[in-house]
Amino acid sequence: MARFIVRRMASAILLLFAVSIVVFAIFEVIPSYNPARAIAGRNATATTVAEVSHKFGFDKPVYVQYAKTMELIFTGQVIDYNDNLNVDSQFAQRFPVTVSLVVPAALIWLAGAVVLGSISALRVGGLADRGLMVAAILGVSIPVFLLAAVLLYAFAFKLPWFPNTGYVTLPDNPAQWAYHLFLPWISIAILSIGFYSRVLRSNLLDMVNEDFVRTARAKGLTRRQVFNRHVLRNSLMPIVTMFGLDFAVLLGGAALVTETVFNLPGIGQYEAQAIGNLDVPPILVGAMFTAFFVVLFSAISDIVYALLDPRVRLAG
Amino acid sequence: MIPDPLSDTGHPQAEVIAGTSPGGTTGIVITPGERVADPWAEGRHPPAVGPWKLAARRLRRNYVAQAFLVLFLVIVVACLLAPFYASHIAHIGPNTNNVTGTINIGGKTTDVVSTDGVPIGPTFSSRYFFGADSNGRDLAVRLLYGGRTSLLIGGIGTVIIIAFGTLVGLLTGYFRGVTDMILRPLMELIWSFPVVILGVALGTALALGGIGPVKGNSLYIPAFIIGVVFIPYLGKPIRGEVLRLREMDFVEAARVQGMGSWRIMLSEILPNLASMITVFVPMMLAYAILLEAYLSFLGAGVQAPNASWGTLISDGISYIQTTPTFSLIPGAMLVLAVLSINVVGDGIRDALDPRAQIRVRT
Amino acid sequence: MTEPLLDVQDLQVSFATEDGLVRAVDGVSFTLDRGEVVAIVGESGSGKSVTVMTLMGLTRSPNARFAGSARLRGGDLVTASEQELERVRGKEIAMIFQDPISSLSPVMRIGNQIAEQIRAHEKVSKADALDRAADLMERVGIPRARDRLRAYPHEFSGGMRQRVMIAMALSLSPGVLIADEPTTALDVTVQAQILKEIKQLSSESDSGVIFVTHDLGVVADIADRVLVMYAGRLVEQGTLDEIFFDPQHPYTWGLMGSVTRVDRDPPRRLPAIPGQPPSLLRVPEGCHFRPRCRHAFDRCREVPPLESRVPGYPEHLDRCWLDLADKHAKREVGGRIGLAEGDVIK
Repeated sequence: MARFIVRRMASAILLLFAVSIVVFAIFEVIPSYNPARAIAGRNATATTVAEVSHKFGFDKPVYVQYAKTMELIFTGQVIDYNDNLNVDSQFAQRFPVTVSLVVPAALIWLAGAVVLGSISALRVGGLADRGLMVAAILGVSIPVFLLAAVLLYAFAFKLPWFPNTGYVTLPDNPAQWAYHLFLPWISIAILSIGFYSRVLRSNLLDMVNEDFVRTARAKGLTRRQVFNRHVLRNSLMPIVTMFGLDFAVLLGGAALVTETVFNLPGIGQYEAQAIGNLDVPPILVGAMFTAFFVVLFSAISDIVYALLDPRVRLAG
Repeated sequence: MIPDPLSDTGHPQAEVIAGTSPGGTTGIVITPGERVADPWAEGRHPPAVGPWKLAARRLRRNYVAQAFLVLFLVIVVACLLAPFYASHIAHIGPNTNNVTGTINIGGKTTDVVSTDGVPIGPTFSSRYFFGADSNGRDLAVRLLYGGRTSLLIGGIGTVIIIAFGTLVGLLTGYFRGVTDMILRPLMELIWSFPVVILGVALGTALALGGIGPVKGNSLYIPAFIIGVVFIPYLGKPIRGEVLRLREMDFVEAARVQGMGSWRIMLSEILPNLASMITVFVPMMLAYAILLEAYLSFLGAGVQAPNASWGTLISDGISYIQTTPTFSLIPGAMLVLAVLSINVVGDGIRDALDPRAQIRVRT
Repeated sequence: MTEPLLDVQDLQVSFATEDGLVRAVDGVSFTLDRGEVVAIVGESGSGKSVTVMTLMGLTRSPNARFAGSARLRGGDLVTASEQELERVRGKEIAMIFQDPISSLSPVMRIGNQIAEQIRAHEKVSKADALDRAADLMERVGIPRARDRLRAYPHEFSGGMRQRVMIAMALSLSPGVLIADEPTTALDVTVQAQILKEIKQLSSESDSGVIFVTHDLGVVADIADRVLVMYAGRLVEQGTLDEIFFDPQHPYTWGLMGSVTRVDRDPPRRLPAIPGQPPSLLRVPEGCHFRPRCRHAFDRCREVPPLESRVPGYPEHLDRCWLDLADKHAKREVGGRIGLAEGDVIK
């Protein structure tokens, strides 16, 4: 097990560097990209641009710039080009907000998927089943930002049930915290619940045809016992692996747009702004940050999988 | 010859009939002496139908998928007819600003864009059918042109994904050594890279500068990015399948016959990937269109003044309170298009999936 | 005569599929007494597995149709409710399946799986149940049973896993034990051991055993009575001796003839029954075996009822219209009982 963790961490670090190089390269290699001009402003003269360029070190060779940037990032000194804020501290500040958004949403999504998936598998062809099928397919057809916009419009403006912006930190006022985050949570969760429920449902139905389920029934266990102890447990495993990856993707994608639409001061919003302003340092740090989570979560889900399935333990 | 009390006539005809029964595939060899008058005659099995024909048959029975296919085609045609709509019905181009213009609705003359910057909503008349945007442009026209853009980008992106995804999957799956060592980590890198960030980084950078002869606001840039980003999504499963197929006897047989690696890949392995690829096409098309919307929403995809469904939604969000239709209508079009693709894709998958048959235990 | 332990009357099971109605079991009747071993023989698709699984209620599904009855201790298994069946399964009637690898849950420890069955029917503590599980495992010949309670199925060999299945099945001393090809997936040496276990354990608990198999060697080893099934129907039924030494149905002759005998010269070509079993979607008119039977004649288009046709042997039933003399004449092929050698449908 220890070897497994070490190996994963090594590949994580490698990946992080690869990601940083790629992002850096993308911006540097594009010929007409000139951050100095962006920083200096639209109407800056050539001299100003040159000064800025020198100040930021843009006139040095690429690998020197890269090394310098990496050093700045890891010593917590990297500054973004736009507002001159310390990127690392921005990330640190905004991180709790994003966590508040993403973690409960993911939990709702998981719990919802298990419940709905189970119900639709137990009553195949019933109303819940068909409804879920429709919901699932709709869910993968709607982009998060659209749903966020619709929910915002419907439940914050038309029917003023929820606040439309703002974030309240958890320690200050838990009730308000949840209240402000409710719509964002739903935006993220709803779209994935449908899909995951269907995957779980499909696994459950496959399980029903498995031999060991037949044995369990032959033993005289009630249907509920068979379901909970045999069918469900075995069906959850693929969900776990999928979920690990999707959660990381969620961080890098849905979180961005949701925070933008609902104006939540999280990492996603910061990244989205940086993208709009072509501000490389936050984009760079953001990419590395998200890549880190991808690897972390994929490792976690592998570990959880090993915990759930004893057959894997011996092999890994 | 001993007369057989069971045969109808005595026509010598050798036939082999194979069939698929609920339990599996069995066959009967009937030698000269008996003609089978009716393939469904007692005890015989029904004639075999290849998997593609079987799939087509099942698809024909799927009315929901067919309905959505029609819907999708309607959308595509409507978008293709954008120029026609622009010149003959709306009498205005997609990028023509008209901030100060006025329009006659039911006798009243109203500003297209009000003095505090709020554009009008749907008029349901030939001009400004769905309303205007903040620059006074006709939304309906932009909707159709934008649809063209979104669909085009999605389509090109999908072509890239299918072509290169299959290629990469084939290469890394078949040639394990050096090719695998180079391509696989590259694929893993792209795969683990948060799709949106990669797309955004690439998109923004390219949009600004363009690459070589391709201009910054060319549509090929988002198409290219989307294509590249999703290559591993197809490449990985294909690789897995190729790994499985290459161990099979028929590949071994081909190798023994002296077929070169490339020929084996093309003539033996590739056809077996056909159904997997077919299932992936609609899936990737849906992802591509959605990713384009995300990128354009964030400003890293289609650039102004061009329109795509993503940019329209993005433009409209600021007016969500006053003119909700501004972003909701492009949103609806986007969802309908992607939904149709997904439903049809589901239908195709169900049709090709042998597990659609009810299993009978004997 | 005492009432039989299990009394199956005219059991019919059909499945509605998208291609039509599949008549998997078409009127099967038999009885089972305590302490006796009844073997059901037939090819794949003959309906033998569906028959026994229906007794356990495991074939119930939205597209399944049932008729007939299977009476066990006064209740009818075919029409019993799911709750009633849950009470009976594992306690009065238990089953051992074919593939022990897939028949045990891979994520649950062996001890727990055995204990689970005990606790499903009796109010005992987990510790007690595990205790009994260990005892059962010892009884079936698993060494160091107590240590291996916490093991997972994949840590056992195939033979051991099947022993675990047997232990589970016999844990509550059921009246009826069904074994559905329990040795097919095992090595021949292990097979012999397993058969011995089953014989011994069932006689110890005085259970009746229904043994489903396609292997005549196994049948000869353990069966008291034999049921021969073909294409969903019971075509012959009798004691072991009656079936092996005086078979009445051409299909049974084919089965007997296809067995290679040690005490004779090996045949030039392995005598297989020509042709294939019919599709259960479109069964042949009359006797199901007619298309493959070289002795078929016009009367065969009429369904032969399952009757005793051998004078003095009222329990020996068969479904063949041929009269006794013809049967005796036709079944001798090349000096032994068989259907025909290397024949092709003409």
